[in-house]
Order: sequence, then C-alpha cells, then structure tokens
Amino acid sequence: MDELIAILKDIHPDVDYETATNLVDGKILDSFDIISLVSEIADKFDVVVSAEYMIPENFNSAKALWELIEKLQDEE
Amino acid sequence: MFFTSYKFIGFVILLVALYYVLPKKAKWPLLLLGSYVFYFFAGWKCLFYIAGVTVITYVAGLLISKNKKSADARFAEMKALEKSGSGSPEEVGKEARKRFKEAQKKKRRHIMAIGITLALLILAVVKYTNFTIHNINGILSAFHAPKRINFLTIALPMGISFYTFQAVGYVIDVYRDRHEAQKNFFKYALFVGFFPQLVQGPISRYGDLSKELFTPHSFKGRVLERGLQRVIWGYFKKLVIADRILPAVNTMIDSPENFKGAYVFLVMMFYALELYADFTGGIDITIGIAEMLGIPVKENFERPFFSKNIAEYWRRWHITMGTWFTDYIFYPISVSGPMLKLSKWSRAHLPEHMGKRLPVYLASFVVWFTTGIWHGASWNFIVWGLGNFVVIMISQELEPLYAKFHKKVNTDGSTVYKSFQIGRTILIMSALRLFDCYRDVPLTFKMFGTMFTKWNWNTLGNGTLLHLGINRADYVILALGTILLFVVSMIGRSGSVRDKMEKKIPFAGRWAIFTALLLVIVVFGAYGLGYDAAQFIYNQF
Repeated sequence: MDELIAILKDIHPDVDYETATNLVDGKILDSFDIISLVSEIADKFDVVVSAEYMIPENFNSAKALWELIEKLQDEE
Repeated sequence: MFFTSYKFIGFVILLVALYYVLPKKAKWPLLLLGSYVFYFFAGWKCLFYIAGVTVITYVAGLLISKNKKSADARFAEMKALEKSGSGSPEEVGKEARKRFKEAQKKKRRHIMAIGITLALLILAVVKYTNFTIHNINGILSAFHAPKRINFLTIALPMGISFYTFQAVGYVIDVYRDRHEAQKNFFKYALFVGFFPQLVQGPISRYGDLSKELFTPHSFKGRVLERGLQRVIWGYFKKLVIADRILPAVNTMIDSPENFKGAYVFLVMMFYALELYADFTGGIDITIGIAEMLGIPVKENFERPFFSKNIAEYWRRWHITMGTWFTDYIFYPISVSGPMLKLSKWSRAHLPEHMGKRLPVYLASFVVWFTTGIWHGASWNFIVWGLGNFVVIMISQELEPLYAKFHKKVNTDGSTVYKSFQIGRTILIMSALRLFDCYRDVPLTFKMFGTMFTKWNWNTLGNGTLLHLGINRADYVILALGTILLFVVSMIGRSGSVRDKMEKKIPFAGRWAIFTALLLVIVVFGAYGLGYDAAQFIYNQF
C-alpha cells in the first residue's frame, strides 16, 4: 500500500490519499494520470490492469486501487 | 420522417397513447415495432443494415455469455475435484485452473473480435468506401495514371454510426462481464434500434438503458408533463434558433470568396450557435420522448460552452460519445501489452516528463483520429479531430507554465479570469469547427487566415448583415432566443431547470410558460413545423 501511495504522490503530491475517496469522480485523476498509474503498477507489482477494470470505482481511492491490485495478484 | 415533420409528431403522439393503453406485456414490443416503423420511413433499405448489426452483435453477445457460464461451471468443478482429491493432473492445481481460465477468456476475446469486426465492417463499407476510392483516385491522378475507380452508389443509412457503436459497446461490455447477454433477440433489437436515439444518439450503454427500456411503465401525468416540456424546449432550440441562423451560415460558407476576414469570424460564432442549438435541441427531443415513456436516457451535454479548457469541454459536449471513445478505444490501447512495453521503454530512455506522456499521447492521437473520421468520411473531419488532439496536447504541455503563472498571479475565484478561460474555449472550439463548414482543408486554413489579413470589420455595420439570407426580425428573434438559452443555462448550473420550475411555479403557471414557448415555435420557428425544416446536423454522422 505504501508503495502505491508513493506512486500516487508522484502524480499529485498535494492529495491526501489516505482519506480521498473521489479521485476520479472528483476529477483529481484524469485519464492521463490513470494511464501513468497503470503503467507504474505494471512495473512495481507485476500485474496488468486491463481495460475491463478501468472503471471509476477501482480508481476513486488508494484503498480501492490497492484492493484491485491484490485481487489481480491473487487471481487464478 | 424527420423529428421536425408533422408525420413524426403524429407518430409520437400515437405511440405514446398506445404505450399507455396497451397491456403491460405489449409495451416493449410496441416500442420495437414503432422503432422499426420509424426506421422504415427513413428508407426500407436501411432496415437491412440495422438488422445486420443487430443479428451479428446479438449472436456474439450470446456466445460470449454462454462460454463464460460454461467456463465458470467447469472452473467450479475443477476446484471441487481438487478438494475431493480426485481429478487428473490437467484438472487440479492453481496453475491448471489459471491455464483453463486464460484459454476460455481467449476464446471469448476471439468471439468479441469477430463480432465487432463484422459490425464495424458494415459501417466501414457504407461510410468509407467512397472516401477510400476518392483518395485512391487522388493518388492515381498524382501519378498521372489513366485509370480511375468509379464511386459506388451507397446511401448512408440514418444513425448507423450511433447504433453500430452502441451495439459494439454492448458486445465489449458482455465480454468484460459488466452484464449478461440479452437472450431475447427482440428485446436486444429494441435496445439497438430504440427510435428516439436513432437520429443522433445519445450512445447508450446496455447496462443503463435496459433497466427501464423493457419495464412496463404505467401512466403518470408528471412523467408525461416533464417529457413534453423537454421536447418543447428542444423544438424551440432547433426551429427558432438553429434553423433560423442556418441561411446566414450557408450564405457565407457557400461563397467564401465574398465573405472573408470578419465574416469568417461571424461564421465561427454563428455556426457555434447553430450547432449547439441543433444538436442539444435534438437531444432534448430524444430525451424528452423517452422520458414521456418513462425511460431515462443518459444526458449528452453539461453546458459545454462554460468549460474552462478544451479537455473539460469534451467531457461536457457529446458526453456519451466521449466516454465511448475513452472506454472502448483510449483505455484498451493505453493499457495494451505493446503500449505498456513502450511506456516502460519511454520512461527508462526519455526525459521523465516525455517518457510518461508519450504512450498517452499516442493513444490520444488514435482516439482523435477515430473521432474525426467517425464524424464524417472526409479529410476535413480528420484534420478537425487531429486539431483537437493538438490543442489538448499543447495545453497539457503548457501546464507547468500555467502553474508558474498561477503561483505569481492569484486567479482563485476571479470572474474575469474565468470569463477569459470560457471565452478562450469558445473561440478555439469555434475556430476548429470551421473544418466542418468549408469545402476542403486548404480552403479552411485560407479562410481562417483571412481573419488576420483582411481587415474588413467596418463592413459589418454597412448593411451586409441584412443580405446574408436573414433579415432584421430574424436577428431580433435570434438575439432574444440566445438570451433565453443563456439564462436557462445559467439557471441550470445549480440543478434541473424543470425541478426548480416544479417547486416554484404552480401547474397552471408552468403550462402557461410552455404553451407560450410552443406558440413562439409555431410563430417564429424558422420554417414552421411540417415544412421542409433542415435535417439535424448530427443526423449525417
């Protein structure tokens, strides 16, 4: 989770990712940010967030995104 | 049967009346029948295209869903086998299940690819064959080859770009497991062909539209009232504003040699107003008719001309098309294997800033190229699409500069700065739309250039404006209509205008307002209902 927060902080340093729950709905993350994020996630966590997971609910908070990463890592 | 014909109005009245009179079971079949009757009037040959797209995507959706169900069942079976200690080595273990899951997903991906390729092929053939021939002939001519390919006589079926995209989105969503496939073919046919959306969208998602489309709605006066109000407002925009300003736009773009300099600026402004009133008016009619039937349809606009930049504008203009391109083209390209590899490479080898942005820019380029060509099979639209891409890219690149500026100059809450941003958006978007107006790309650039080289602003006051095909009374009506449009937009910033009217104005008062609006349409509508009112601009896309 800390590694994910570090990636997110790199994109928007001024956001409190521990509490923010509207990163997409609140237009904090735009599509440019999301793609950078997916690319960094692929590097750091070795999981591919494919297009089917690109829905606001998965990116609205660091927690939701972390859960998605864990789900993709565990997926069999 | 255009939205602006008496025939259409009669058709809608009959359909709505029948919808509420018929028993519950007959309601959605009536909508299907009505939709195909509507489409039949657009040309009986058009029926083959919509039926073709419907059959292809229905079968693809069904096969994907079927595979997913049987794969899930088999997967559960493999897990159970492992638990019970039986099963062959190919069946037990995490790796075996993973392999199985991936193989099944690959199968579904192939079905999806075949389905959407076939559906898009129909669109490509009817929409782009002559454009391709035109370009091949251009190349042949450049090489002085004596041969030319003859153009095909294919009429573009009404709304094909809209319903094809809607159907393709459905197949992808079934593949992505957003919802199951619709088993009932006729229900699916209604989803693809729901008549109010056929002319110019919005491009609905099955997950949104299907919830209410097949539900039998009982008559509710309030629902009918609100739908009707929205329809009247849509006709006002279309007939009183868009069609009234149309002759002036046409006069200026049909004789570009006579209308240079300041008149190009006038084309920019007039066409922006015409397109806005035309498209949003048409969508109001669409949403209003669906609302009268108790069916909510996604909004397609959110006061786009109040946007602070072009990226925001595109989030607020033709919203359903924008989200379609984002979900089904931008994201799949951006997170595809090759793009992630490129992303990794570019971040390792290029300067940090560029390394991060290069893949996104590449995906955006594809999206805007596709957006352009989706709007029309001509270089004008392709250049228009790429023009949008360039502007968005430049504004992204200028962001650090803006940040520096905002650090030095505090613009927070400044109305002047906000107005500047809105004005800038309107000017840039209107300038890009010149590609929609003039004959070809070189002429558009040339005409745009005359705004800076031919200084003839003084001639605007010498009476020329009264020789553009519209008279003094037209200008007065247009000015008043635009003011009303602006005021309604301003009121709408904090929520639905109709909600506010419902709370503050009694029933009789509300209807007095809408009856007055209806009278305005009948008296001041550009050609009057039932006459040869112009087609909707987005109809041709």
